[in-house]
Amino acid sequence: MPPPLLATDERGLACAAGRFHIDPWRPAPIAVITHAHADHARAGSGLYYCAASCAGLLRRRLGPVNIQPLAFGERVKLGGVWVSLHPAGHVLGSAQARIEGADEVWVVSGDYKRARDDSCESFEVVACDVFISEATFALPIYRWDEPGQLIEQVLSWWRANRERNIASVLMGYSLGKAQRILAGLWRAMAPAERELTIHLHGAVDALMEPYRAAGIAMPTTAKVGEAEGKRRADADQFRGALVIAPPSAAGSPWMRRFGADAEIGFASGWMRVRGARRRGGYDRGFVISDHADWPDLLRTIRESGARRVLATHGSSGVLARYLNEQGLETGELGTAFGGEGEED
Amino acid sequence: MKRFAELYEAIDSTTSTNRKVEAMVAYFREADPRDAAWALYFLTGQKLKRLVPARSLARWTLELTGLPEWLFGESYDAVGDLAETISLLAEGAELTPRPPGTPAPVQGGLFESPPAEEAGPGSNTGAVPLHVWVEQRLERLRGLSPEQQRGPVLSWWAGLDRAQLFLVVKLLTGSLRVGVSRTLVVRALAEVAAVPAAVMEHRLMGNWRATPEFLRGVLAADVHGDESAPATDLSRPYPFFLASQLEGGPETLGEPRDWQIEWKWDGIRAQLIRRGGSVFLWSRGEELISDRFPEIADAAARLPDGVALDGEVLAFRDDRALPFARLQRRIGRTNITGRALREAPVVFMAYDVLEQGGEDVRARPLSERRAILESLLAAASPRVRISPTIEVPDWPAAARLRAESRARAVEGLMLKKLDSLYGVGRRRGDWWKWKIDPYCIDAVLVYAQPGHGRRAGLLTDYTFAVWDGPALSPIAKAYSGLDQGEIEELDRWIRQHTVERFGPVRSVEPIHVFELHFEAISASPRHRSGIAVRFPRIARWRKDKPAAEADTMDSIRRLLSAAPPPDSPDPPGEDDPG
Repeated sequence: MPPPLLATDERGLACAAGRFHIDPWRPAPIAVITHAHADHARAGSGLYYCAASCAGLLRRRLGPVNIQPLAFGERVKLGGVWVSLHPAGHVLGSAQARIEGADEVWVVSGDYKRARDDSCESFEVVACDVFISEATFALPIYRWDEPGQLIEQVLSWWRANRERNIASVLMGYSLGKAQRILAGLWRAMAPAERELTIHLHGAVDALMEPYRAAGIAMPTTAKVGEAEGKRRADADQFRGALVIAPPSAAGSPWMRRFGADAEIGFASGWMRVRGARRRGGYDRGFVISDHADWPDLLRTIRESGARRVLATHGSSGVLARYLNEQGLETGELGTAFGGEGEED
Repeated sequence: MKRFAELYEAIDSTTSTNRKVEAMVAYFREADPRDAAWALYFLTGQKLKRLVPARSLARWTLELTGLPEWLFGESYDAVGDLAETISLLAEGAELTPRPPGTPAPVQGGLFESPPAEEAGPGSNTGAVPLHVWVEQRLERLRGLSPEQQRGPVLSWWAGLDRAQLFLVVKLLTGSLRVGVSRTLVVRALAEVAAVPAAVMEHRLMGNWRATPEFLRGVLAADVHGDESAPATDLSRPYPFFLASQLEGGPETLGEPRDWQIEWKWDGIRAQLIRRGGSVFLWSRGEELISDRFPEIADAAARLPDGVALDGEVLAFRDDRALPFARLQRRIGRTNITGRALREAPVVFMAYDVLEQGGEDVRARPLSERRAILESLLAAASPRVRISPTIEVPDWPAAARLRAESRARAVEGLMLKKLDSLYGVGRRRGDWWKWKIDPYCIDAVLVYAQPGHGRRAGLLTDYTFAVWDGPALSPIAKAYSGLDQGEIEELDRWIRQHTVERFGPVRSVEPIHVFELHFEAISASPRHRSGIAVRFPRIARWRKDKPAAEADTMDSIRRLLSAAPPPDSPDPPGEDDPG
């Protein structure tokens, strides 16, 4: 039997025949990057292949590295295999990596979702023999509501807080989640609301430019700190405002400027479970995830036509066992962290 | 039900107490009294007795969703709550029935519909009012076999959104708990009725039924209309007044002569009421426990009518308190055998009087109430005794007595200001408990399993062990004491250092040492170590201490032998009374 097309080595998921790694966790000569989130895109590799719309984000994350952007669907030959990238629907420029060897086609999903997202390219089904699927939310309790409804929830929360003249601070990952919500809001806002400026934490603001450059329609935004000029700690300035910040800002002194009565919301798939909502101490949890929910994981795996599925990240053991019981050949793929909890 | 689900959601989704109160005020102002009475019942933590076994609910969920049992188990571990797990899995399960004749999709019947004869009448269940749910739907399941219950329950589920489905399952399992303190409920109702909170607190005491009449009484605007007439409910207890923990010493409290000093008894706080020729014994959890302690009820029948006493139910023999473990054998036991009466004889140790001659005396100073109490109990049976006061010349003398607490099977001293009124709830300043320091050991983390509620999905139920020769012997389980950061850190560590998994339980490498505190230690044939500890909790994570330096069974046994002297051994030839 020939060696498998992809296997993990000390640097991560490696393609020996193509002499490259996919999302390596240690520096590799050639890295194929599925998307620009920190646990997938690490510094130090010699050459980075990524989707063209990912390149700007990758540069912001990693600095001046050597990037070879690829158009979606464009095929390059690396060593003895053909490599192409296809939209994964996770964040702007997120890609599935398709590897075509002599005998088999493998697809590495990276992180993906099927739900509508105005801020990135839509997921595309890629037929393959072996599918390496993420499994962040691979439990049947994770089912997402329709995205338009979720945005409505955020909007009516903000409207209610505007009515009460208090700030709404929404926590969400600075790359992807924040822009997805901004783009969704833009679509859902009333014409008069489109005049309002939404305030951004610096970490979110820093990633706006690639999204704007990609032509994503979003409301006017301003970085907190610049908008307020020299006057510090003026809570009145943010009364009724919507602020988007990364979860790490929660509980930090940075939050004080929004007033003690500000409401804190958190947008994450983990908010589906009441315990997680209460544990975080957020005023509101919005179940908005950039990962596939359980039905979409199963649908995607079915549509890929793969006869063998390797699960990785999150509840990989659950997904592998379930699919196996459904008659698929399955396995688990370890990650660098060995942990089970994953960021969303 | 929809309106109640919205109230639940509003309370559950905010951490702000003001928002919770606002939500309740709005609800009680507008809700139908028949529904609001039940809402109040649940908000104050009262529960329906379980209607359907959890096992049946889980089985029906599997049938409805087509999921394998292990996957239900994995889901439950991540959620940490049965009703929530079911509501997350079953919501919408009937909405996309497969057209007849089509094969099941390869992924299994996640969206399979229930059998046709059971679907149907479930539509519009969202509009059914709460009182109809409880009185005409849920309560009618009682006494039916699981097979008979299955049809109605599944048809109800079919018509409900997730929020209501969650509540219905909670009600079915008798475990509905709303995340709101009694104080906040009282605050909201007091606002609606426009009466003081202490009056409202009293109106809600005791056993009441969720009727519109009761709710009208609760919301009555007239302060003197209701509670001045105990005849409306003979059994109704007064709200308990609670002491605060005294940190440091009593030197800041002024002179000992301004204080009444008593032992802090280690029993069950209770209120003993004699009214209308009947006796009522209430626990602090407002459970009527007269039947469990018939010797107290009998003795109290000799008290004059119109009396309410505050005190402690205590295992007691030969003029001394017995360890709490003795009393524990009587708790929850309604079938009182002669043996139980002999092994754990109880008394009511009275320390305050709230009502005399039918008159509420809570507003009189403690010194006066004490005089009333002494005259009331002068001729009482020894089963209803007065808690002696302790005279000391100065605080150091009190401290020396407190140091004897363990040998006397008490928890320390109580300090009550002589001019204090009998208040409502916990108010700092007048009553202090000056407890002895807890026992303290260093133990090794050996097992962990997922917690519930707020800690769902995190491994927060820990088992700790001490060295027994070369092996580790589990000694205590503890859940509390770590902060959120430590919990998350430990959770990550456990996942990466799991040795074996037994269902949800993981054994971990025996590396981390924790300082545990507990209140009491006793021999227990029911524990593998032969030892039971009371109220164990984590004091700190001893990252500085290697596992080899944790405590040993020998050192634990030394604590046991220094604990209060065991009273006479159990009569031979019988099993442990459990």
